[in-house]
Amino acid sequence: MRLSGEAGETQAPGSPPDPAIAAMKLNERSLAFYATCDAPVDNAGFLYKKGGRHAAYHRRWFVLRGNMLFYFEDAASREPVGVIILEGCTVELVEAAEEFAFAVRFAGTRARTYVLAAESQAAMEGWVKALSRASFDYLRLVVRELEQQLAAVRGGGGMALPQPQSLPSAPAPVPALPLPRRPSALPPKENGCAVWSTEATFRPGPEPPPPPPRRRASAPHGPLDVAPFARLHECYGQEIRALRGQWLSSRVQP
Amino acid sequence: MRYNEKELQALSRQPAEMAAELGMRGPKKGSVLKRRLVKLVVNFLFYFRTDEAEPVGALLLERCRVIREEPGAFSISFIEDPERKYHFECSSEEQCQEWMEALRRASYEFMRRSLIFYRNEIRKVTGKDPLEQFGISEEARFQLSGLQA
Repeated sequence: MRLSGEAGETQAPGSPPDPAIAAMKLNERSLAFYATCDAPVDNAGFLYKKGGRHAAYHRRWFVLRGNMLFYFEDAASREPVGVIILEGCTVELVEAAEEFAFAVRFAGTRARTYVLAAESQAAMEGWVKALSRASFDYLRLVVRELEQQLAAVRGGGGMALPQPQSLPSAPAPVPALPLPRRPSALPPKENGCAVWSTEATFRPGPEPPPPPPRRRASAPHGPLDVAPFARLHECYGQEIRALRGQWLSSRVQP
Repeated sequence: MRYNEKELQALSRQPAEMAAELGMRGPKKGSVLKRRLVKLVVNFLFYFRTDEAEPVGALLLERCRVIREEPGAFSISFIEDPERKYHFECSSEEQCQEWMEALRRASYEFMRRSLIFYRNEIRKVTGKDPLEQFGISEEARFQLSGLQA
């Protein structure tokens, strides 16, 4: 089994560094861009971070984005000093010499606990709340719950709803959904910021084209998976592109 | 950039949304295609040597673009450098399609937008905010205005 090295890990005295031990690769450059991109952050502010078990606190500028907690030397820094990946952690208050302290704790025998301290009670509470709900898992649970709620309020009687914890065994009919009224609210086909797309952005003229009539979307080919929204989005996206093409060509003045 | 590598390694051992052996080629010029076990867990794509328990590396899937390359193959690149591509070769068109769909949905940002979409749709039908039951309706990250960025 290949071991990954870790900063600060000591070698046995007298032994040469093992060339087989290499750190796990990570797309750090992309991470840095994600840390500093223009999208609104989920929380930001100064926190004191304890260097290690017996180390001093350092004041750092923290930025929470998604399930990544970045920390910078200060608020104007272009690149983070580091990041704490927030999956599988718990956030708790701690007894510490420092006021307004809390900890981000990970499971596992040699797992690290990050002790942080805010500058006020309100800030501490805000961070504890934000961090404890920052995981991808948490968000996914909420989204799945909302998917089911939407299916329930749209479907009316007689529609089989998938059970929360298990996958449905047969394809379930997809509830009819009108096209979203605001094209700008549609997530892009690619991951990432909405403004980035190689396709020409939809620019409506004085009169936007009429939306297509309400219809039942065709059932997916397989069981409803965890994000039927994406499939619907694809279907509607194709429809929008086709309609846009028709509309644009009908506007052409020869 | 420092990061909690141990936790990332632990994450790579969690149940995956998708896992398969694919051909993978790194973004550097002259990279060779290698067989890798590729595993999608939350918004990370881990890749392992086929006989090893610890991942060679991971890709955070935020602000990424997944595009079709030649038949049965796709690439992942990132907004800040679209020419720098991680290539993946699948054993079938079907598998390729499946992976592309999954990867496009795998970001936190996509999930956030989905939430905002569903919240709005439910509000339109019921007149009520479904996030209230979770106590998170006031969170800035779930407001419509967040989509403008």
